Amino acid sequence: MARVDVRRVLVTVAAPALALVFALAIASLALRASGHSPVDTARAMVTYARQGSTQVLILNTATYYYLAAVAVAIGFRMNLFNIGVDGQYRLAALLSAAVGGAVHLPRPLHLLLIVVVAVTVGGMWAAIAGVLKAYRGVSEVISTIMLNAISTAVIAYLLTPGRLAVSTQGSNNIGTRPIPVSGQVPGLDLIPGANRQVFGFIIVSALVGIGYAVLLNRTRFGFDLRATGRSQSAAVASGVNVKRMVVISMALSGACAGLVGLPQLLGASYSYALDFPTGIGFTGIAIALLGRNHPVGIALGALLWSFLDQSSQILDLEGVPKEIVTIMQGSTVLSVVVAYELVRRYSQVLEQKRVGVALGQTTGVTA
Amino acid sequence: MTSEPPAGPGPVAVRLTGITKRFPGVVANHDVNISVRAGSVHAVVGENGAGKSTLMKILYGMQRPDEGTIAIDGAVVTLGTPAQAIAAGIGMVHQHFMLADNLTVLENVVLGSEPRKGLRLDFGAARARIDEISQAYGLGVRPDALVEDLGVGERQRVEILKVLYRGARVLILDEPTAVLVPQEVRDLFRAVRELTGRGFTVLFISHHLDEVLEIADEITVIRRGETVATVRPADVTAGELAELMVGSELPSPQTRESTVTDRVVLEATDLTVRDADGRLLLDHVSLRIHSGEIVGIAGVEGNGQTQLVEAIMGMEPLSEGTLTLSGEDVTAWGTRRRREAGVAFVPEDRNRHGLLLEAPLWENRVLGHQTQAPNRKGPWIDRAGARADTERIVREYDVRTPGIDVTAGSLSGGNQQKLIVGREMSGSPRLLLAAHPTRGVDVGAQAAIWDHIRDARAAGLAVLLVSSDLDELIGLSDSLKVMLRGRLVADADPATVTPEQLGSAMTGATGAAGAASSAGAA
Repeated sequence: MARVDVRRVLVTVAAPALALVFALAIASLALRASGHSPVDTARAMVTYARQGSTQVLILNTATYYYLAAVAVAIGFRMNLFNIGVDGQYRLAALLSAAVGGAVHLPRPLHLLLIVVVAVTVGGMWAAIAGVLKAYRGVSEVISTIMLNAISTAVIAYLLTPGRLAVSTQGSNNIGTRPIPVSGQVPGLDLIPGANRQVFGFIIVSALVGIGYAVLLNRTRFGFDLRATGRSQSAAVASGVNVKRMVVISMALSGACAGLVGLPQLLGASYSYALDFPTGIGFTGIAIALLGRNHPVGIALGALLWSFLDQSSQILDLEGVPKEIVTIMQGSTVLSVVVAYELVRRYSQVLEQKRVGVALGQTTGVTA
Repeated sequence: MTSEPPAGPGPVAVRLTGITKRFPGVVANHDVNISVRAGSVHAVVGENGAGKSTLMKILYGMQRPDEGTIAIDGAVVTLGTPAQAIAAGIGMVHQHFMLADNLTVLENVVLGSEPRKGLRLDFGAARARIDEISQAYGLGVRPDALVEDLGVGERQRVEILKVLYRGARVLILDEPTAVLVPQEVRDLFRAVRELTGRGFTVLFISHHLDEVLEIADEITVIRRGETVATVRPADVTAGELAELMVGSELPSPQTRESTVTDRVVLEATDLTVRDADGRLLLDHVSLRIHSGEIVGIAGVEGNGQTQLVEAIMGMEPLSEGTLTLSGEDVTAWGTRRRREAGVAFVPEDRNRHGLLLEAPLWENRVLGHQTQAPNRKGPWIDRAGARADTERIVREYDVRTPGIDVTAGSLSGGNQQKLIVGREMSGSPRLLLAAHPTRGVDVGAQAAIWDHIRDARAAGLAVLLVSSDLDELIGLSDSLKVMLRGRLVADADPATVTPEQLGSAMTGATGAAGAASSAGAA
């Protein structure tokens, strides 16, 4: 029996590994077709990633990628497609930056206030889609996409001088009033010899991952959520109030999304300005798929993604178009999704066989 | 069992020989043989899950048989896709209509086989053909009406027309009367007679036995995936047909002395459920179950039993009526609260309502009892408690599995059922709603499940038992009620009633309902 379990673990690990090999092959083909050497390109990327300051950048990017992917994964576990993480985190970042820049409080309180504002805004913004789905039957895919557009408009409206924005001296950029030191999160010297610091918020990311794992696997609420995702009809029969679950899990996903902007906001820019990073929510969808909604898988996916993002910076200097990384990311997600489905079916058959063998009957029995 | 086709006028239009179809864990069809004469109505009857739909899917090219052959007009054909079946002259009218509401009848009919004139659609020719077919068979279909404006009966005739338009000579009607009111049923039957009069062949799937007896020229009964008999309506009664459907070779589940007390556990008053269109699915049903009493509901499937059970479970919204549990009004309670109050539920569709197929057995033990011991510790799931109790269920209910970490989907149907029954009997429930508790379970396990239910009854459990197995109903129940078209139409005493009498009452044959003692007709 232990042998079979080993085989199952191998099968599970084999899926992403094979998918990566496949994606590498496609990227190599694309490189060759454009007249570059895949080996040299890979070497350049790895060499660049060996540098301490690159590693810091990789960790920092992964910090918010991870939060975005967990936000998406919470929805996925319930068969909800939260495409609105992008709008949720941007709106949350703007409002929490505005609140954080407007008050002066002692450090732990100041930080806490900013985080609470971000989480609340993200959660409530996502809950709109949840309520629409539960009580009006609106597909959350449609409503979250539209809420993204709405939040872009709301941010553009609010981020003007006289409302939430002040002009930055010496540039034509505008942003919220900078958050004072008491609201900032100091960096960590995790990588020796690097000239940069890792976002202190990486600790929060890790805690969110642990919280996600515990909530889903150990609590009654998590059980209800997973049951609803696996079979809504069975969940209803078991007493789950599916409408309520839709609203709560959407809000939870949005609350987690609300954290996505904070590593950058509290660790580097201290103000929500016109150049605040966008699009992290969509990357989060890809990483959640890549990591199979598993807390550890998502972490690996986030690291891989940000490694590709960061090390692609060197490619321009090497004369290689850095779009090759986009090709690689895209083919990885596609092949991973296909590979996971194949593995899922294969392990189902494997288990049915195993049950059959254990009971000494390999073929079906007439009822 | 009549193996030779009864001598009749027409030649054989469809001959199914030795059809066998296996799915993982079950054989849906086993050595099925049916001969359908051209120009006749051939009914196929059987319980839900007996294998009727699988058989029709095979004939319509949606499933491939593992063994056996299909011959159309004497020539053996291979039907791998519905397109091939259509080409062979077979058409199917599905139980759930496949029509686009926002298109006209004409557009719906030509959809997928649009007549072309060069690059343009030639609606003129299509309209002429539709009118011609409609008039020839008295279908009364207007080509330019919008489908969303049509009633159910008209929509069904559009479906029939669609099939005829594609040149079908053999029509499969899957449960065609399930959605119709009596007047519409008469119209349908008239159209069917018109069709067979002109040489069309109709395969009629139903479990409304009175209708089958009225329309069919021949009837094939399927039980547990096998053809058990082919009979002519003149030679059988509804009761005999029901008996053929459910069989009576099973060990009889005799309940010994009565344990009925005078404590009312469940009191339902005027339970009424309507579907989205306002049609009555459950029509002012009132019943009372005492502690220690098993109340059996007899009825042909699809007559409101599902809605009754789901309404008591809190899964189906009531449009009228009240429910009390041990004197407490629970009408406004959700499913979880009812479960916590001691209502247990063995669903009729275990894959949809009873199990998380991709989750391990121990998580399935938690399902439905998330808030109850031994699965819970405050806000946490008590894994150790749930696992230990799953081991107990596996032991006591003889669930054949290598362990409790395998997924529920990898167990056979019978073992899944034993797990569900074991789970629902845990935590000493007050009321058990059992829909087909022994369906798909082998004879030994069936007896064991009956014993468990009887023991719990002796300990004071109130049970609502819905079953299509008449022997099970008669053997286990302390009192029996017959359900027909959403209403409780008759009471029967399990001590004196016979399966034949019950079968007749289930089909609404009026005389027989009296025989089943209609003392408390609703």
